[in-house]
Amino acid sequence: MRILFKTSYLDDIRLFQHSGQVFWYGLLTVGLLLAPFVLGDFYVGELSYVFVLAIAGVGLMLLIGYTGLVSLGHGAFMAIGAYTNTYLITKGVPFLIAFPAAGLAALLAGVLIAVPANRMTGIYLAIATLAFSQIVEQLVIRWESVTRGFQGMPVPAPELFGHALARPWEFYYFCLAVLILVVLAAINLTRSPTGRAMVAIRDSEISAQSLGVNLVQYKTIAFALSAGITGLGGALLGHKMRFISPDAFNILLSIQLLLMVVVGGLGSIHGAILGAIFVGGLPQAIALMRDYLPPTIARTPGLEPGLFGVVMVSVVLFEPLGIYGRWLKIKAFFDYFPIYRRATFKRQRSYLKTERVR
Amino acid sequence: MELLQLLVGGVAQGCVYGLIALGFVLIYKATEMVNFAQGDLMMLGSFVALTFIGTMGMNYWLGLLVAALAMAVFGYLLDAIVLRRIIGQPQFAVVILTISIGFLFRSAAGFIWGHETQNFPETPFTNRVIDAGGVILSLEHLSIIAGTLILAGLLYLFFNFTRLGNAMQAASQNQLAAYYMGVPVKHINSLIWALSAIVATIAGVLFAPVSLVDPSNGFYGIKAFAAAVIGGFGSLIGTVLGGLIIGVSETMAARYLPPGFKEIVAYLIMLGVLIVRPHGLFSTLQRKKV
Repeated sequence: MRILFKTSYLDDIRLFQHSGQVFWYGLLTVGLLLAPFVLGDFYVGELSYVFVLAIAGVGLMLLIGYTGLVSLGHGAFMAIGAYTNTYLITKGVPFLIAFPAAGLAALLAGVLIAVPANRMTGIYLAIATLAFSQIVEQLVIRWESVTRGFQGMPVPAPELFGHALARPWEFYYFCLAVLILVVLAAINLTRSPTGRAMVAIRDSEISAQSLGVNLVQYKTIAFALSAGITGLGGALLGHKMRFISPDAFNILLSIQLLLMVVVGGLGSIHGAILGAIFVGGLPQAIALMRDYLPPTIARTPGLEPGLFGVVMVSVVLFEPLGIYGRWLKIKAFFDYFPIYRRATFKRQRSYLKTERVR
Repeated sequence: MELLQLLVGGVAQGCVYGLIALGFVLIYKATEMVNFAQGDLMMLGSFVALTFIGTMGMNYWLGLLVAALAMAVFGYLLDAIVLRRIIGQPQFAVVILTISIGFLFRSAAGFIWGHETQNFPETPFTNRVIDAGGVILSLEHLSIIAGTLILAGLLYLFFNFTRLGNAMQAASQNQLAAYYMGVPVKHINSLIWALSAIVATIAGVLFAPVSLVDPSNGFYGIKAFAAAVIGGFGSLIGTVLGGLIIGVSETMAARYLPPGFKEIVAYLIMLGVLIVRPHGLFSTLQRKKV
């Protein structure tokens, strides 16, 4: 068990809390950098898909996990990112400009949705974001001069300084770089006053407000940043799929993103990434399982959404803190070995008291 | 004349949204949970009825009754086994749980009944029309409207004038206090899920001849949300009105606006309402006091 002695205020907000973290994250980075030399093209491609999901997941985590605002429509921001990026590239804009522009477009959309969203709470917000995503989906379908509707658009490989990242490992490194930048940005954000204000809003809007946190301002910031990062993820998703069409960005994508942050563990960047590994890996796991299942079950078209459902139900019921929460529990068990108590992670139940008049 | 004809179709469509939304509102009124699987509950209800009426050849009314009862038991057990476990957790957990339950229902229905769209067998309302002064009213549409009115009325009476209804309201206003006053909160919650499943089944069966039966019918639930939100969750009459607003504007948009508006007009109206009145038109919420 490691005991941290904090001797300065800066110790609280250091990027790495102790040398152990430096070692393990360093090892992880080296492992990921070496991965394309060991793995085949298929698995490199799958890994970059996981990275793309993780980028979008970090975006959503900032909103749901850190600010406590539930969004059921983040697929829409991915669509905005993907279509902006692709449209600009087909118009001859270099990728290095189109890619940030995609994030910016999604960010602006986030600000736009934040205006009505700031007045709503809880369930109303969830439904409003759901409505927003439906509207965006129709927009993508009908605005054919830009999006080509149901025909869809091919997405060329991203081009850096005149060199197309066409091979899987090139795209892999690019996604890895973006993911690391996004994660660092998110960690820095959560260490900053802005991030703390967001967490305060999540824990209690009223307390945050009475401590001088400007709710409208910080919720808008949270929405904008979350949407922007998710938009970047969307742009990369377009490159990963090589082809974008409206049905790639339907409500199922939004739910998948939600599944990611919930299964991973709300309120931590780790959670977003673990969730991405889970969601990205599940189809592979199902594909592997198919060989062992009786054909009547294995050939059912709805198997994957059904399994998603089962997993989500069991996570909410049995491990509300998600994969990362489970990891923390296991770690705590060994850290405090003989004296670990289950109640450490027990959450206070709050019984319903309505705000309704009647 | 065409306008009137459209209006009737729109009202019937709106009543379906209203009926599904009634299911939401029931659960919300009693437990302040929002059931994202309500649309899928309706879909299940129509499949169960299809099995009883179509496959087993029961009489329409008997089939409806048996299906409603079966779904009521299902709803009760769903709450008792699954949803009861998360009482006391944040509302967010309920949202995710019910969304995933919806997914589960959809794939279970696809597994049991197949993913193809199925026709609903002939009902007493099939292919019959009333000619009211040039306006052709199909009995299928009229049955939906009548069913909605009767159900909404019954539920209104139930909540305001029966002991059980009052107990349900008490449980929703303050779970702990109601529990201390001897209201069996857990049992009541499960009962309300049963009731909501019945409403969903009736909605599903009334709607089935028009919509046909398909595992993805649950997506009508999303539009029903818009209805419930417009009406302000928690108000029965507001909900039905919200459904009507959406149904009528959707039919009108399909006829008079460019393609694509039909799909989103409900959401546009909902967002508009939410911007003006963040808690719906017939809001029963007040600002939280500290």
